Amino acid sequence: MYDVIIIGCGVTGAAAARRLARCRLKVAVLEAQNDVANGTTKANSAIIHAGYDPEPGTLMARLNVEGNRQMGPLCEELDVPFKRTGSLVLAFSAEQQPKLEELYRRGTANGVPGLQLFSGEQARQLEPGLSDEVTGALLAPSAGIVDPWGLALALIENAVTNGVELHRGCPVTAVREEKGVFVLTTPKGEFTARYVINAAGVDADKVRALLETPDFETKPSRGEYYLLDKTEGKRVSRVIFQCPGPEGKGVRVAPTVHGNLLAGPNAEPVEDRRDLGTTADALDFVRRRAMQSVPGLDLRQNIRNFSGIRANTGRGDFVIEASKAHPHWLDLAGICSPGLSSAPAIADYAAELLEKAGLTMEEKPGFDPRRPAVPRFRELDPEQRAGLIQKDPRFGRVICRCETVTEGEIVAALHSPVPACSINGIKRRCNAGMGRCQGGFCGPRVQEIIARELGVPMTDVLMDQDGTWVLACETKTGKEAH
Amino acid sequence: MEKLYELIVIGGGPAGLAAACQAWEKGLRRILILERDSELGGILNQCIHSGFGLQRFREELTGPEYAGRFIEMLADTGVETRLDTMVLQIVPGEQGAPHQVHAVSAKEGYQVLETQAVVLAMGCRERTRGAISIPGERPSGIFTAGAAQRYLNMEGYMVGRRVLILGSGDIGLIMARRMTLEGAKVLACVELMPYSGGLMRNIVQCLQDFDIPLYLSHTITDIKGHDRVEQVTVSKVGPDRRPIPGTEMVFDCDTVLLSVGLIPENELTRAAGADMDRRTNGARVYENMETSIPGIFACGNVVHVHDLVDYVSAESERAGAAAAAYVQGKRAEVNARMVELKNGDGVSYTVPQTIRADEVGKMVDVFFRVNRVTGAAAIAVRDGEGNSLTGFRRAHLAPGEMEHILLPGDLVRQAAGPITIAIEEDKGGAAQ
Repeated sequence: MYDVIIIGCGVTGAAAARRLARCRLKVAVLEAQNDVANGTTKANSAIIHAGYDPEPGTLMARLNVEGNRQMGPLCEELDVPFKRTGSLVLAFSAEQQPKLEELYRRGTANGVPGLQLFSGEQARQLEPGLSDEVTGALLAPSAGIVDPWGLALALIENAVTNGVELHRGCPVTAVREEKGVFVLTTPKGEFTARYVINAAGVDADKVRALLETPDFETKPSRGEYYLLDKTEGKRVSRVIFQCPGPEGKGVRVAPTVHGNLLAGPNAEPVEDRRDLGTTADALDFVRRRAMQSVPGLDLRQNIRNFSGIRANTGRGDFVIEASKAHPHWLDLAGICSPGLSSAPAIADYAAELLEKAGLTMEEKPGFDPRRPAVPRFRELDPEQRAGLIQKDPRFGRVICRCETVTEGEIVAALHSPVPACSINGIKRRCNAGMGRCQGGFCGPRVQEIIARELGVPMTDVLMDQDGTWVLACETKTGKEAH
Repeated sequence: MEKLYELIVIGGGPAGLAAACQAWEKGLRRILILERDSELGGILNQCIHSGFGLQRFREELTGPEYAGRFIEMLADTGVETRLDTMVLQIVPGEQGAPHQVHAVSAKEGYQVLETQAVVLAMGCRERTRGAISIPGERPSGIFTAGAAQRYLNMEGYMVGRRVLILGSGDIGLIMARRMTLEGAKVLACVELMPYSGGLMRNIVQCLQDFDIPLYLSHTITDIKGHDRVEQVTVSKVGPDRRPIPGTEMVFDCDTVLLSVGLIPENELTRAAGADMDRRTNGARVYENMETSIPGIFACGNVVHVHDLVDYVSAESERAGAAAAAYVQGKRAEVNARMVELKNGDGVSYTVPQTIRADEVGKMVDVFFRVNRVTGAAAIAVRDGEGNSLTGFRRAHLAPGEMEHILLPGDLVRQAAGPITIAIEEDKGGAAQ
């Protein structure tokens, strides 16, 4: 029996797992998919918000600002790419000016440091790529950009190294409470725990419904994006927002920690929470809005469109509370924006609530907060590169030409504490296939390395989640693999 | 630091092989080819169909056979090769100092090589789904045609069973036939433009002979499938290339192959600081394939995408010879008179972009592509004042086929101002 089981291993579940790993507790994380961070965590704006958007007094306001404050040291400990770039919210007319002032007041009330109001001219001095139509801007120096799945992966890897169990491919299909113990049914058998954290993202309502009728419902809202080549990566150096409207924080243009440029998202309600499609109309909307802020943007340098689903609940705040009938069950639900920014603070708050509910939180001696990342060959200087290859010649074999990712890095990711098991799993861990050719060159080579290292046939290697087979069969044999 | 090379060739495909052989032929003796794959030959190794070499060898060869001819030629020289070696950076030498090439391999580790001349022969890569923003979901089963070709011809795997092909570039057409021969059902080939981007012979031999329909002026407007491709929607497009509502056709398939264009692979070139041409996506070159950086030459698909490998070989031999001449001390005058080549009506680009009038011999090779399909037409060559310098007749022109003309050197030397190349269609001769 576990002290705590966490359902879901997105950035929220991973942060909770790492928080609990600090304590003398037996903890397991159950992830439905074959890899971690495969829901909303992998498809969002990759932004660490400053915290001027949420209404003062909300959980969002408090946890965003606190999460932002923790992000620097946390990413340092976990060796995760994070850059405090600052952000600008733009106004394009006199009518929008009061909105900037309102954000300034809200931010100040929420404790956001360093906010400043600028004229359009001052904003263009900071960011020469901005439109001449910009009439004013709010600067928030504490905003930043992060590698979202890198953060989630680092959190769960660090948790696993410190004793947390992770079970992937382990969807919870039934829940019952017997004499104060939760029994969770999964394809891998039954798991029992005294406390449960529900961090199932867009499906948090469905997971809660396995226990009892939930008092919240996910109203999935899809956002679509353009990811541009590194040739566009320096078009702006900060996160560029427009004044928020009814459809959310609006289309933003932002550099990524990998050196690309991200434009999006729109906001559209969708029925099917698994429909991660894009549409010509939505992308056209994103294109027009992005060009309004940064007219020089060259969207022909697009290397990928994608979309993500926000776990909105319509409550206007995160749903972080224990069940009234089952006080040892804690929902971390409705974690839409600024969920990524808040993740470490949500984890702290969750620990606080568990303790209040009766869980003994005793510090565990020997907890190691550091997670060394796999060496990133492309970031090393020639001397370091030479040294690395001397130690392991596989670092001399470049597999992904666009992002300069070596076999050594891929092999390390296949034998890490939370090893990759798919081509996209490698992409998220090492960047192979993230570049302008989108895996056209390295895809088959990565697949070969996965098959070799894991000792499985090529035809068993998946692109991503279950069902995403790549190869139908070997030629000539005619033996069907899928 | 290792020894000083006379010439380093980056890429051991058809362009690099021809350039290296020719440079050896012209007398260079310290030549090195750096190739990222484990064998020479480049993309030809996966092109197991025939049709290569008709121009060059007057026989019909497969891709590997064509590459083999040059690999055998190379074996008779003392050209060094380093395989499994990726070039990371080229640092041009200042004022005639040697250029540095940074490369990496498992065997040799991190290498900083010095050379008097460089030939860039990195080839090109395929445009992807992202580059053309195809809407829909992002399941597995969407491949560039070349990636599918590699899986099939080199690794021995089928990527799917029911296939739709977007784009009628040559690789897509070749793969339509190849997948059919291996037992897949190719449902259709869909082309956005009102004409094919591939060679006519491939339309006939790869689609028509196998009853695979070609839908011109159509495109993919939706892809369905959470995990693997399940369904693809194809719509007709209007003259503005936007989909026409109500024209949707739905195909049940598990695989989409993309053959939607090739992009010269010029990250190294750009980072080295060479002047680029936005139209070719390659380096701007002079009449001898030298880039704007003295001593750095470029040839083959890294300069502009060719239709036939035979022309890649010819162009690369010119680059190899020019690199040899450079090393042997024949350098272009710094103040040479520059004659720009301009793209007139109907012309998408020209290679070279600039001719150094005083460097030209008897004839200058000029390659270009047209941007529309025509019937009988004239290729008009005019000087800066609009005077006709010369002209060439063609019975038919198409963007899928590369055009080649020879300009007399005297004409170029005497031309006033830039030279414009344009297409002048015969009256009433437009054909679709």
